[in-house]
Amino acid sequence: MPLIEAKNLCKSYGAIRAVHDVSFSVDRGEVVGFLGPNGAGKSTTMKMLTGHLRADAGSAVIAGFDVAENSVRAKQHLGYSPEGAPAYGEMTVREFLRFAADLRGLSDPAESVRQTLELCRLKEVAAQTIDTLSKGYRMRVGFAQAVLHDPEVLILDEPTDGLDPNQKFEVRRILKEMAARKAVIVSTHILEEVGELCTRVVVIAKGEVRCDESRDKFLARGPDLNAVFRQLTA
Amino acid sequence: MSSSEKSPSVGLAPFTAILRREFAGYFRTPLAYVFLAVFNAFAVSLAFFVGGLYESGIASLDRFFLYHPWLWAFLAPAAGARLWAEERRQGTIELLLTWPVTVWQAALGKFLAAWAFLACALLMTLPIAFTVGWLGKPDWGVIASGYIGSLLCAGACLGIAAIASALTRSQVIAFVTGFLACFILVLVGYGVFDELLAGLLGSGSIDEIRRLGLWRNLEPFTLGLIDIRPISYFVSVALAGLGLSTIIVERR
Repeated sequence: MPLIEAKNLCKSYGAIRAVHDVSFSVDRGEVVGFLGPNGAGKSTTMKMLTGHLRADAGSAVIAGFDVAENSVRAKQHLGYSPEGAPAYGEMTVREFLRFAADLRGLSDPAESVRQTLELCRLKEVAAQTIDTLSKGYRMRVGFAQAVLHDPEVLILDEPTDGLDPNQKFEVRRILKEMAARKAVIVSTHILEEVGELCTRVVVIAKGEVRCDESRDKFLARGPDLNAVFRQLTA
Repeated sequence: MSSSEKSPSVGLAPFTAILRREFAGYFRTPLAYVFLAVFNAFAVSLAFFVGGLYESGIASLDRFFLYHPWLWAFLAPAAGARLWAEERRQGTIELLLTWPVTVWQAALGKFLAAWAFLACALLMTLPIAFTVGWLGKPDWGVIASGYIGSLLCAGACLGIAAIASALTRSQVIAFVTGFLACFILVLVGYGVFDELLAGLLGSGSIDEIRRLGLWRNLEPFTLGLIDIRPISYFVSVALAGLGLSTIIVERR
């Protein structure tokens, strides 16, 4: 059974068709690079998968639970970092993660927070309010709340956006470490990430899936990934 | 299920986590202390300087409670403006709605935290009761029922504030619309709309309309009457606000 399943997802905003009939699935151990130009429907698809947006038609299943019908169970298995990594800015990093751990009812919240601070290299800023952090740290806080409960399903909307090369390397390192046990979707428009991080690629443009194939097959499409991307999303 | 999953439990955990965070949230910024100070200053000075509590020579707090609908109409929306508007502004609503918590649980936790904060503001006015007790021999039962009524009135105003906050990402807009809605409920009780309403609906319905005002429902409490009708009025307004704000958040 795949851990993530998008089945014929559709979403329109008024007359604008944001996502149309998007289907794909992700198994344990897979890291799917979710690619597409801005406005292609990446975030909208992720929002439907995570239960933030209700699909007009179709369904999303996380770890066997339908996101619309069994939302709390589905969300227990899900870690999600929305675009821009929003967080309660007035809280310290530790308070914020502790809140998320308490809300999820983790059996040992203090220990989960400690491990996550370590994993995401946030220990030195744990006592700082999130508002005072640099972008790199804020993104890591967003990532931290998503992996806090060691979920089976991880959905990350542009987790490396705005990070410097070292920080990007860090996030990819952590992701690769945990990928074997999880089903991961990472949206990005950095094509180099595909080769370094992903096992599979789903390209979306104008709300439709244009390509869904293994990394190797995708990389074999041509030497210039930017040209491949332009051609697929035209 | 993977063995690595840290056995998440369901139940009340999300609700209590939200309740605690929201309540503590008020004290994270200096605004809470400003709020408490303003509430107290207004509550006490309105009673003494406008209501003539001291000059009346009566050991009773009805002149103190008389202004509470005004106070809550202004200050409940101020405290309630952040409930949802702040989540939208910071984008954290997307986290909240993708964490394993129902919107109902989140809304109830937020509402109760804000109500508890308003209760703190109200409790800080207790010295005025002790002052009256020191100056004369008040009926403590009547004072207690006045406080209960005022707290219920605060809950009703907060329900309205919750709707206003669910509709916008701006705390300022949430406050202004919440205040206006509460303000109408204050005015209805004073009969300033009488002529207008009589013209529109006929004079027979004026009394029914007035029953919808905040003061009309608070007044019995200040006289020591704990009646089912005003209680159900305040509770229904609060619940309606809670329910509507939840539906608004769910629908978006």
